[in-house]
Amino acid sequence: MSTLLEVSGVSVSFDGFRAINNLSFQIGPAEMRAIIGPNGAGKTTFMDIVTGKTRPDEGRVIWGEKSISLLKMSEARIAREGVGRKFQRPTVFEDQSVHDNLLMALKNDRAPWSVLFFKPKFKDLARVEELASEIGLSSELSRKSGELSHGQKQWLEIGMLLAQEPRLLLVDEPAAGMTLSEREHTTDILVEAAKTRAVVVVEHDMEFVRRLNCKVTVLHEGSVLAEGSLDHVTQNQDVIDVYLGR
Amino acid sequence: MKNSFLMRNPSILIFLGLLALFTLAVTLMSEATGAGLISTSFVKTLGKTLCLCLIAIAMDLVWGYTGILSLGHFAFFGLGGYMIGMWLMYERTRQIVETSLANAEIPPTAQEVVDAIGSQIFGVVGSSDFPAVWAFADSLTMQLVLVVAVPGVLALVFGWLAFRSRVTGVYLSILTQAMTLALALYLFQNDSGLRGNNGLSGLQNLPGADAIPQSVVSIWFFWASALALGLSYILAAFIVSGKFGSVIRGIRDDEARVRFLGYSVEGYKLFIFVITAMISGIAGALYYPQAGIINPAEIAPIASIYLAVWVAIGGRGRLYGAVIGAAVVSLVSTWFTGGQVPDLPLGGYTLKWVDWWQVLLGLSFVLVTLFAPKGIGGLIDLLDGIRSPNRHGAALGPDSGSLQEREARE
Ligand SMILES: Nc1ncnc2c1ncn2[C@@H]1O[C@H](COP(=O)(O)OP(=O)(O)OP(=O)(O)O)[C@@H](O)[C@H]1O
Ligand SMILES: [Mg+2]
Repeated sequence: MSTLLEVSGVSVSFDGFRAINNLSFQIGPAEMRAIIGPNGAGKTTFMDIVTGKTRPDEGRVIWGEKSISLLKMSEARIAREGVGRKFQRPTVFEDQSVHDNLLMALKNDRAPWSVLFFKPKFKDLARVEELASEIGLSSELSRKSGELSHGQKQWLEIGMLLAQEPRLLLVDEPAAGMTLSEREHTTDILVEAAKTRAVVVVEHDMEFVRRLNCKVTVLHEGSVLAEGSLDHVTQNQDVIDVYLGR
Repeated sequence: MKNSFLMRNPSILIFLGLLALFTLAVTLMSEATGAGLISTSFVKTLGKTLCLCLIAIAMDLVWGYTGILSLGHFAFFGLGGYMIGMWLMYERTRQIVETSLANAEIPPTAQEVVDAIGSQIFGVVGSSDFPAVWAFADSLTMQLVLVVAVPGVLALVFGWLAFRSRVTGVYLSILTQAMTLALALYLFQNDSGLRGNNGLSGLQNLPGADAIPQSVVSIWFFWASALALGLSYILAAFIVSGKFGSVIRGIRDDEARVRFLGYSVEGYKLFIFVITAMISGIAGALYYPQAGIINPAEIAPIASIYLAVWVAIGGRGRLYGAVIGAAVVSLVSTWFTGGQVPDLPLGGYTLKWVDWWQVLLGLSFVLVTLFAPKGIGGLIDLLDGIRSPNRHGAALGPDSGSLQEREARE
């Protein structure tokens, strides 16, 4: 199987504290992966490194068929390469309507000049409608996104992520603050997305991870503690000690 | 497309309509073209006010919409004024010199004429040679190009350095203040080539138009200022209304998020910074011929801070708010500082408005920020029935420039 993203030997220190320690990680072009681990294990920092927000002290981050390095690229460039990210805390543009949020995320030319003269075509508007119905916000399109409930903001952010049509989705705790049925719907969307692209989900909720039904990577103190099926890792004694046992 | 753009932004038509009515009213009341109800100097004051509204629109674009609290846009305004002032001064001096030399027995050579102009202009700073910056002063076309090019290039270089190193928030504001201060101090020097603290003067006299009375010239400049304001309003509304507007407002509220959507935040900031610098340059080029004189004190850092105060009082993040703020505050300020307001006797102390006006302005700024963050423009929302969304007091984004809940509207 070919790899879409290969992270190898990556380390990061913040003021002497090693948040990521010689971490290696691989994912294929159409694969679902769950990352679990205790608080402070470095899950969010891992996403920061892949998306260019944090520069690692050492190691490599290799992307795509052409095996290019993401380390020299700006955040915006990495996003245009096809890495989409959902943050732990929902971050949508609260002063703008749901429609405008989705339209901004839609995959189109990002250069200032073409954005200035951008006029949404029929297919853009249709895509926005389609995404809105997928995330259950069809009737909220014209509302300011700041007025949405916490769960709805999470949805909107997932919708914006899908609108970007990324090849790799990094999703940080998507189910936080969602009701049970909302969680199920989230699982469906992510599983559907993983059929055509790579999806990495960070989640604490074991039930949620179980429903994703995918390979699981356990992080602890900045490196991989165990990797395999959920049943496999949950029987691992180290994992029980540092994460599940508490 | 044009149609739907105007349809989607009815405020543009209202604004242009009001501006046209105002222009017409002033024209009908002026000494040159109307009943003479308002004096020429007041026409100039109104024309200058329109120029200040123009730079306020630029400030609103850069601060209200993009969240960059630039405290340096008056530097661009001043540069625009200097660029047009150089041509006005050169050309007028040339005509005077040529008339006086025409009576000489031997016709003067071209070099003699240039030298005579030089000693006329630079005599006050003890020099007579033309500095290199005056290379194009004899060409109106070139100086008009420089009105936008000089502020544009300065903004491009400054913005590229600052944005690329991710300088944001209060650090960026301080940097822009440093830029204005440096420019002002440089211009204050006699060997800066722009006549030091004397500045450029006599700018109200159009070369070759000595026969035309100031009352007529003033109304011409008034019209030109109104036209520039109208066109820039349309341009600004076009920039902020579409997806570009979405992106810059996104940058204001949460620039990291915009980056992760794949937009190059630095590019957008630079675009806005440069275009607003150019608008400011045009505003300055229209302002100073009406003021008659420009000197480095005009570029003092405090001027740019006032600009932010106007936009805040008018209501940032809405274009008409910026215009209202600049117009109201600068006109009221002219009124107070012009000594027309009677002093207020307070028993033992007489309140002189000329001195106390600054205090009053500072106080109203604090009051507006605290109690009416939408500014005067918010009153229009009230009339329009626009409600604020209830966000339980949270700002609309994590960035320091982000819109606060009380500024937002539905
Ligand atoms: N910018 C930073 N500066 C200093 N320390 C940081 C920074 N970012 C992360 N850390 C530290 O790195 C460690 C890993 O943090 P990270 O946010 O990646 O954990 P996490 O696995 O996402 O935890 P959680 O489950 O709570 O979200 C933590 O101890 C955190 O305090
Ligand atoms: Mg985290």
